[in-house]
Amino acid sequence: MTYLGEIFVMAMTAIFIQNFILSRFLGLCPYLGVSKKLDSAIGMGLAVIFVMTLASAFCYLIDIFLLRRFGLEYLQTIAFILTIAALVQFVEMVIQKNAPALYKSLGVFLPLITTNCAVLGVAILNTGMLRSDGTAYNFLDSVLNGFFSGVGFTLMLLAMAGIRMRLEMVEMPKSMKGMPIALILAGTMALAFYGFMGFKI
Amino acid sequence: MNFFKELTKGIIKENPIFVIVLGMCPTLAVTTSVKNAIGMGLAATFVLLCSNIIISLIKDITPSSIRIPVYVVVIAAFVSVVNMLMEAYVPALHKSLGLFIPLIVVNCIILGRAEAFASKNNVIMSAADGIGMGLGFTLSLMVVSTIRELLGAGTWLGIKILPATYDPMLVAILAPGAFLTLGFLMAILSMVKEKKQ
Repeated sequence: MTYLGEIFVMAMTAIFIQNFILSRFLGLCPYLGVSKKLDSAIGMGLAVIFVMTLASAFCYLIDIFLLRRFGLEYLQTIAFILTIAALVQFVEMVIQKNAPALYKSLGVFLPLITTNCAVLGVAILNTGMLRSDGTAYNFLDSVLNGFFSGVGFTLMLLAMAGIRMRLEMVEMPKSMKGMPIALILAGTMALAFYGFMGFKI
Repeated sequence: MNFFKELTKGIIKENPIFVIVLGMCPTLAVTTSVKNAIGMGLAATFVLLCSNIIISLIKDITPSSIRIPVYVVVIAAFVSVVNMLMEAYVPALHKSLGLFIPLIVVNCIILGRAEAFASKNNVIMSAADGIGMGLGFTLSLMVVSTIRELLGAGTWLGIKILPATYDPMLVAILAPGAFLTLGFLMAILSMVKEKKQ
């Protein structure tokens, strides 16, 4: 398979088949917490795509040139979370200085992203992922996987926000309002996404 | 007396999953079987207890502007300990929990308790809070996983409960089942609360 084909498969897998939210269960806190309004969902989604791509790149470099070279694989968790925290802080400072308008719309979401498990999740998953020929992910693969996973996350966040805004006007039992209906909605969406896997229930 | 109150509040009154609604990712991901749920719950309890103790010990010497990175490092250190211990002693469980052990680091419950409780209270109270919250987390995981394992495989902790004629509802142990189970559980809970008022 050509490399372009491989990238296409990777994108489809990350966005639809192994969607971060609906089949891997990563990043649920923002998915349920920031999906009440469409514009904040867009802001959060863009910030997550950005940070996931960068985090994949930096964590890959740290993993190869620091942890594996010196046999420190057991420090992976600490090293990655520190990298992500530092990265998020740095990105926040850069955006605040150079693009105040962007900072206004994305700024509030950036600190939340450090504790978004999708970001740490993609960094850890990248270290164990294999390409179709059985070799480990290279730098470009990791970055692309981070990007596509972020896109998959954002798509789901937007879909959820769109549905929830409509749900505001629907009459339903009082005890179903808020979190319960959001979870049931997510379950229904996850059922639909099993179709991409070719799964029959 | 106070100690006992801190210990028990996490189990029902301030249950981390059903009342505070934190730490959803592991709740949904590892509750496919009761065994996984207990493993995850105890691992998180251990991290919660240790990080609460350490954070309440160092609360006076931690500058408040960098307290979050400090907490994260403390938590990450204990998560690494748990990760290595589980890999050595319970390799099968470690494998089935997989990614979600390192992800305890970003579990909002742990950082949340560090920030909301351990950074303001003394060591003994923080330890009680850690154990209580951890047990509440474990019990909630067990409730969710009991329903999912019973419906999805007809077993509880691997023991066959439902008769062989029961056709397992596979969807319950797949991803959609997790969302639906938790959604309905929360709806029932808020209905009960409403009735009480």
